[in-house]
Amino acid sequence: MSTTAADIIVDITPQEKESFYARLQAFVGLEIGEPVVAPDEVNAAMIRHLVETVGDDNPIYTNTELAATSIHGGIVAPPTMLQAWVMMGFKGTKLTGESPYEKMNQLLFSRGFTSVLGTNSEQTYERYLRLGDRLTLRTTIDSISNEKSTGLGTGHFVGTRQDYYDADKQLVGSMLFRIFRFKPAAKAPVSKPRPVRPRPATTHDNQWWFDALNEGVLYAQGCGQCQQVRFPTGPMCPSCHSLKWTKVDMPLSGSIHSFVVAHYPQVPSFDYPLPILLVDLDPVDAPGGDKIRMVMNSADTDLESLVIGARVRIDIRSTDPDMKLPFAIVETQPSNGASA
Amino acid sequence: MSIKRTGNQLGGKAAIVGIGATEFSKESGRSEMSLASEAVAAAIADAGLAPSDVDGMVTYSSDNNPEVEIARHLGIGSLRHFSRVHYGGGAACGTVALAAMAVATGVADVVVCYRAFNERSGRRFGAGIQDIPNAATAERAQFSWTTPFGQLTPASWVAMVARRYMHLYGATSQDFGRVAVAGRRHAATNPAAWFYNQPITLEEHQASRWIVDPLHLLDCCQESDGGQALVITSAERARDLPNTPALIVATAQGAGEEQWTMTSFFRDDIAQLPEMKVVADELWTSSGLTPADIQTAILYDHFTPYVLMQLEEFGFCGRGEAKDFIQDGALEMGGKLPINTHGGQLGEAYIHGMNGIAEAVRQVRGTSVNQVDSVKNVLVTAGTGVPTSGLILGVDR
Repeated sequence: MSTTAADIIVDITPQEKESFYARLQAFVGLEIGEPVVAPDEVNAAMIRHLVETVGDDNPIYTNTELAATSIHGGIVAPPTMLQAWVMMGFKGTKLTGESPYEKMNQLLFSRGFTSVLGTNSEQTYERYLRLGDRLTLRTTIDSISNEKSTGLGTGHFVGTRQDYYDADKQLVGSMLFRIFRFKPAAKAPVSKPRPVRPRPATTHDNQWWFDALNEGVLYAQGCGQCQQVRFPTGPMCPSCHSLKWTKVDMPLSGSIHSFVVAHYPQVPSFDYPLPILLVDLDPVDAPGGDKIRMVMNSADTDLESLVIGARVRIDIRSTDPDMKLPFAIVETQPSNGASA
Repeated sequence: MSIKRTGNQLGGKAAIVGIGATEFSKESGRSEMSLASEAVAAAIADAGLAPSDVDGMVTYSSDNNPEVEIARHLGIGSLRHFSRVHYGGGAACGTVALAAMAVATGVADVVVCYRAFNERSGRRFGAGIQDIPNAATAERAQFSWTTPFGQLTPASWVAMVARRYMHLYGATSQDFGRVAVAGRRHAATNPAAWFYNQPITLEEHQASRWIVDPLHLLDCCQESDGGQALVITSAERARDLPNTPALIVATAQGAGEEQWTMTSFFRDDIAQLPEMKVVADELWTSSGLTPADIQTAILYDHFTPYVLMQLEEFGFCGRGEAKDFIQDGALEMGGKLPINTHGGQLGEAYIHGMNGIAEAVRQVRGTSVNQVDSVKNVLVTAGTGVPTSGLILGVDR
């Protein structure tokens, strides 16, 4: 197992902390490493790619004739491209482990500050860059803060100052770049959106019932031949074996046949304790129409109100944008004022 | 039914001659196949047979160990019969029925029945169907009437029936607790039991947390890792083998009207186990025995309420009277019907009923750690709430 930042103990004595700060501050003012010479001169192609990408159609960046008549006397580069001219591309910079910047990082890593976040940058321009300029970058460690705690974790802000020079060693622009080197805070429980309820497994024989429910209608199944009412749904009438069937509107009322209150295991789709009811639906006028029973949850109902035989009305409610389910609401007993 | 019944002729034709089990644990640390291989090898050795004598293998749904793979690992060689019984724990005794049919008809000579799983350290059976992917099959869709409402687990399904049963007959949670107390008392003296030396009181049962009200934690069997195997051969051959044969006096499978797997919520009376009534009628009729002929019983106890209901279906007492029948330690050693003398699935291990069949064999042999006096016939049942099965094992006469 590799060591992670979280494994490294950061608690040290105040004296040790002061000593650590002193060692960090020794890096301030040092150049991070060798100067970097831009791989390309300032050139029209790279400028055109950038302004096309950002949608800047100022002709000073691309139109040779018009630019020649401007105060610049020719094409110039957008100033914000300053950093682009010395970027090392995908291969990045070869690390030796010996540069002051790498040594500073090693010191920070040793105390678990292994994560990094760019926080802000500020650019200053001395002059416009013209085609043919070739820049050299010298970067200095500008500041290292003492330990700071943030929402991300505890760490140190590290500022570097990047100075860009032309071939005549004249400063053309600078950038202050700040990062936060930190040890990630212990992961707080991420508040995820509640997962939707488990979906029914559906076949040709039950899909229609759930579809109708999603339209807000509670059905039982009726035989298309002998009218026998049945539920749960099935392909064949158990009385006459007809495969024809109809939808039978069920009354949105009934009574509790049995119920449970689930406590464990807890599935994140639900609130617990979770009442689950078996409800005898009020009868419909057809053979078998008085034997329809369905499982559902209760709503707007105290656990204490759940008793076998209690009357419920049924409300079809959305549990998420794609599912509606029946909920039983126990009708509170009309209080009898004339108590004996 | 209009078919003329000729009667179940299977009784007395076959016997259980070998039993073998692994340790029962919460984390076996090995494969289910390792457990299966060890249990089967132990059962064959217990029978005084060699792997090459076995020519049939039977297991039941939810087992992940193919017959032929066990045969390979043990060097059993060729098989003439292999089959699986459906409906999980309800099939436990059904495997013995199939094995008995095979040996009685000459389809096979020696059949091994087995169950092995890591259903605690691996996929937990108590999780129910919450982690089983949806599929457009009738098998999966039968749960669609309960899953969107969070009724996802065996405890939640059983609790629905238990509440109705309590309502109709006045049984209480304490009555359910008496089943757990009996099981744990017996497990306490069984070194193979997970809850060896850990009896419970009724107060502890009542104080245990809710799983699904009205079921407390101690109403629910354990989840266990382990394996159990049985060896069945003809009664005739059994007499030549080293162990006292446990004669298969009667076998039965049963599915009831309006049968569902765990969610038979749509039949007129949900506070009954008509599937177990089918089993009971078949066992009593085909054996000519009555409840009075049973000295001890292994009643499937994945959840305590169903033990009370089974007592009623088998006629040990009238409908709704189990709460009275079980008073005063009736189900414990020394009581009028000691049950689950190994500790049951509440106390020993939950090996889907197979370990209970092995205990019935020990009672017939006279080798149980909680041996009941003068055992002649032992009733064994399989999973309740599902299509089920049962056995009567007896002393060879």
